[in-house]
Amino acid sequence: MSAVFWKELADHFGRRRFLLTLSLLVLGLVWGTFVVVREVEPSVLSISDFVFLAVFTANSGVLPSLLFFLSFFGPIIGITLGFDAINSERTSGTLSRVLAQPVFRDAVFNGKLLAGMLTLFVLVASLMVCMVGIAMYRLGMAPGTDELVRLVGFTLVTTVYLAFWLALAMTASVLLRNTVASALVSIAAWLVAGFLIAVTASAIADIAVPTVETSEQALAHYEVSSWIGRLSPSQLYTEATGILLDPIGGRAVTPLQLAPERLDYLLATPVPAGQSLQLVWPHIVVLLALASVLVGGAYVRFMREEIRS
Amino acid sequence: MTEPIILARSLSKSYGDFAAVGGLDLAVQEGEVYGFLGPNGSGKSTTILMLLGLTEPSGGSVRVCGHDPSREPLAVKRQVGYLPESVGLYGDLTGRQNLRYTAELNAIPRREADARIEQLLETVELTTAADVPAGHYSRGMRQRLGLADVLLKQPRLVILDDPTLGLDPAGIQWLLAMIHDLSTRQGITVFLSSHALVEVQRICSRVGIMSHGKMVLQGTVAELLRDRSGGFQVSLEVEESTPGLRAALESLEGVSAVREEGERFVLTAVADLRAEAAAAAVAVGARLVGLHAQDRTLEEIYLRYFHEGNAA
Repeated sequence: MSAVFWKELADHFGRRRFLLTLSLLVLGLVWGTFVVVREVEPSVLSISDFVFLAVFTANSGVLPSLLFFLSFFGPIIGITLGFDAINSERTSGTLSRVLAQPVFRDAVFNGKLLAGMLTLFVLVASLMVCMVGIAMYRLGMAPGTDELVRLVGFTLVTTVYLAFWLALAMTASVLLRNTVASALVSIAAWLVAGFLIAVTASAIADIAVPTVETSEQALAHYEVSSWIGRLSPSQLYTEATGILLDPIGGRAVTPLQLAPERLDYLLATPVPAGQSLQLVWPHIVVLLALASVLVGGAYVRFMREEIRS
Repeated sequence: MTEPIILARSLSKSYGDFAAVGGLDLAVQEGEVYGFLGPNGSGKSTTILMLLGLTEPSGGSVRVCGHDPSREPLAVKRQVGYLPESVGLYGDLTGRQNLRYTAELNAIPRREADARIEQLLETVELTTAADVPAGHYSRGMRQRLGLADVLLKQPRLVILDDPTLGLDPAGIQWLLAMIHDLSTRQGITVFLSSHALVEVQRICSRVGIMSHGKMVLQGTVAELLRDRSGGFQVSLEVEESTPGLRAALESLEGVSAVREEGERFVLTAVADLRAEAAAAAVAVGARLVGLHAQDRTLEEIYLRYFHEGNAA
């Protein structure tokens, strides 16, 4: 498997389309960081102890937050790395040559998946270092321990989130013979997860709980819509990063504080980083579980498939 | 006798209702060059995929190098090299890098791999093109690199799926010389599917002909020629057609048919009757200008078989 892993890793960093999407992402995020730091600086410094976290969540008015940027365009990177992993090799005939060598089929799939995941991790981690570095340079201060723990957690959650899209795209590349079809299906899944599920969730919640007058009804409405929404990896990611990057407001995910009149009574005391990580853990597990289901399906198909040259 | 290197018993593969291979029995001994022939769609490639465990048989059993390819794929693939109809190369890697990747997949230590690669590149005459991306290779170069790729793991058995397809005549000659060399000098068993019958006849020790997923003819080339041709053919040419010649030829003992084509007479007989035919011609006063025994070719047998098959 290590042979496949190293070859794929080298391939990923050399591919033109990867470098292209990567440079777009880097441009957007680095430039975004400069803008955010400049625009947000005065207001944030006065109200928050968590400046570096605020860099990601702050909405400058002109641009959406960096977090939104990452959650929206990140999946494209994952899809770019995986959508033609298996079917392009099948089309070019290299798959039958590789599988005529003494390697198990799952080694080929796993090698590609792991190489893609490491690529994503390197990518996210270096972006984070860049962004925090720029923020440090512009603000003239260093992040505290609590912030650092949260930023590392954020890096990991983001990697897992992008890895989910990689797994989805690779599954599509096993199930569909055509690279264009697998790319389109992956992008369709990304749109469904990003928009349709959220819209459907609130629509269903409206039907299930038509009137929202008491706080009990509000709670019920919230639960219906959030449980359906959590089918979507984008929703999971948004929730998880919200908890991690907002030590005060992030507690609102626990539904008791939800009703607006209760939010006003919320004390503006931050939660320790460890507590936030505990809150995020289920989200990570569900993301991984969703990815495993997809990869499992791809395995079943790939292991018994006929490989024509 | 040791176990055959390829042994298939009533091997079959169906796609839905369509039986691509139905009840194939096949035994190839170590050291043979086995020619696997048949028209397109007769199940040759499917059989090869089953030998390699790249697809699962629907019925029957198959053993390659003493192992079941679907149960113990690695044991088989360590010893078997496979050259598909069109070799898949990574176009953005050079020829050498393509080979190096195969060496890594076979867990050949780096230093030994480099030595083998260098030697193989020389053997397949690609040393000068070794560091050019394989995407720029011609069909012949791809095929040669594919052969080097197959030999890299030093296989016991090499399976070649129509390797001469799309090569120029010189390329075909070169490839066949290589295959011959593999078998005679290195003792590698070769299992070869092909449509180039003349060439197959020259290098194969045994051939099998497939039709509609079944083995219809099998044996050494000499055996097939004897069995199927129904005897010898003698062709006899005279200066001008002489009355009575045809009758004289027909009355010769052992002649089953005479075909007249202008000044040429073709006799079908049980034995080589050249001398008798010449004597008979001279006896009726014909001026004999040519006489030879026609060689039966594998191509003739092949075409005749499928011609009859279609007529029936």
